[in-house]
Amino acid sequence: MNVSKKEVEHVAALARLALSEEEKILYTDQFNVILEYIHRLNELNLENIDPMTHVQQLRNVLRKDIAKGSEKELVVRILEESPGKEKEKGFFSVPPVIEGFEMEE
Amino acid sequence: MNLYEKTAYDAAMALEKKEVTSVELVESVLGRISEVEKNVKGFIHLIERETILEEAREIDRLRAKGQRSSILAGVPMALKDNMCTMGIPTTCASRILEDYRPPYNAHVTEKLQQAGTVLIGKANMDEFAMGSSTENSAFYPTHNPWDTNRVPGGSSGGSAALVAADEVFFSLGSDTGGSVRQPASLCGVVGLKPTYGLVSRYGLIAFASSLDQIGPLTKDVRDCAMVLEIIAGNDSRDSTSVPREKESYSSYLGRDIKGFKVAMPKEYFQEGIEEAVRESVMNAVVLCIKLGVEVEEVSMPHTSYALPCYYLVGTAEASSNLARYDGVQYGFRAPDQDNLIELYLKTRSQGFGSEVKRRIMLGTYALSSGYYDAYYLNSLKARTLIRQDFENVFQNYDLIITPTSPSPAFVRGERLDDPLTMYLSDIYTTTANLAGVPAISIPCGLADGLPVGLQIIGRPFDEGRMLQFCFALEKMLGFKGLKPKISADGVLKDVS
Repeated sequence: MNVSKKEVEHVAALARLALSEEEKILYTDQFNVILEYIHRLNELNLENIDPMTHVQQLRNVLRKDIAKGSEKELVVRILEESPGKEKEKGFFSVPPVIEGFEMEE
Repeated sequence: MNLYEKTAYDAAMALEKKEVTSVELVESVLGRISEVEKNVKGFIHLIERETILEEAREIDRLRAKGQRSSILAGVPMALKDNMCTMGIPTTCASRILEDYRPPYNAHVTEKLQQAGTVLIGKANMDEFAMGSSTENSAFYPTHNPWDTNRVPGGSSGGSAALVAADEVFFSLGSDTGGSVRQPASLCGVVGLKPTYGLVSRYGLIAFASSLDQIGPLTKDVRDCAMVLEIIAGNDSRDSTSVPREKESYSSYLGRDIKGFKVAMPKEYFQEGIEEAVRESVMNAVVLCIKLGVEVEEVSMPHTSYALPCYYLVGTAEASSNLARYDGVQYGFRAPDQDNLIELYLKTRSQGFGSEVKRRIMLGTYALSSGYYDAYYLNSLKARTLIRQDFENVFQNYDLIITPTSPSPAFVRGERLDDPLTMYLSDIYTTTANLAGVPAISIPCGLADGLPVGLQIIGRPFDEGRMLQFCFALEKMLGFKGLKPKISADGVLKDVS
């Protein structure tokens, strides 16, 4: 089974990656080499084998959802790392999501 | 002997006996760093000298008053740059986190801080821990202290090289498919991947959550036990952290290992192994037998499926973990975007390096509609078989002995254009992550002047006896005390 450049483009779109033309060609080639190796798994008889979803047998580990520390201070610290412009208003800002909608000042 | 050459244990003993101060230890490693770091490039970020010294002074003051928070209080160390340090850059060696300063500390950062160890800086790595050579760092590659034209291994290559070059007394790395053990092997230091669930990953920037573990890189086995004691333990902030009583790993050291039953799986001595590596490990096997250990050859028939399985499980989990880097809440945001989709596309394309993109895409592919059953689901079934191999062997044996890496350190650039060959560097190490069992690499010899590591794999939560075994073996191996050339003549070969 070969992966085409078109499939690589589709996967890149799903992963929200914009690839250059060179990257598309490179990744297509490399995908095929890597997947050929991965196809070794087809030698195994996997019928009636349960998939291993986790190393441990832990289930539903719960704890109380309690905020620690001062919320205000935490908000300031977190927003300090935000690359958006309107931190002082206490928000993460992003470009317009709905077209034709302008925020009123 | 220079102070920086000491093991963490010896440095701690010198502190205890008041022969040295933490300030002197810090001065010693900072001096060492100024000499060799330009050729090793093990750090991404060095903390300001005055900040480090102030911390050391405080620890000395406390010690003088008879208060020390742990045996390692005052000992300088480094953390891999994927472990969150509050207010201190944590980049994951990625452009996408280049200016990120976490608003909180990782669990291991807290533990080491509480223990009074002194953070010198953040260690270089492959971007997002994806790689086996530290060449995938977005900033610069780290050089192997034994030969600066060669790679230190990866992804915790900075952590391993810093310990090998005596720039810190110990460090932490993270291991998803061998990222602690393989660089430990290539740099001639000890590296442990604990049992899945032993060390909390809270604040470790996630790569593949069902595989990731944090572990120590140290100058010898005793140091490894001491550091593990500090970082192991339950933490409610990582739901995979297993509630268990704290163990004293050091108390296992020095006990007899006569009568241990060790399995030698033949599959680990076949595919792609270099002759010098095989010889070195076989030498160690002979020593084990001399120590009264029973060694027998066994078969673990699914070994050769571990690497393909790992590259599906690991990339699938990575593609989902790395979806959070969208340029919205923190990290890099690409300039000039008109809408949200463009913001995502441009930020991720400009922020991630080549290997990270490749793995995100491979994982997305394996999880995508139409391929999920053929790839992801099958890899989980193969994982069951790989774990069963271990369960079967551990019914009759205490430990498993294998090489850590099929070859010693390779030349920089050699495998960069060929991802599959690079992936094969992890052929002996991914099995332990898939099965969730603990595994350690200790140096067992030199091949053409380059260190070779052997791997000991144990039952879940059997780190104590693994360390007991390695401690006894280490004494016999005669590697301890061997240092890379940089310490012999004080200079590294010229880096062209």
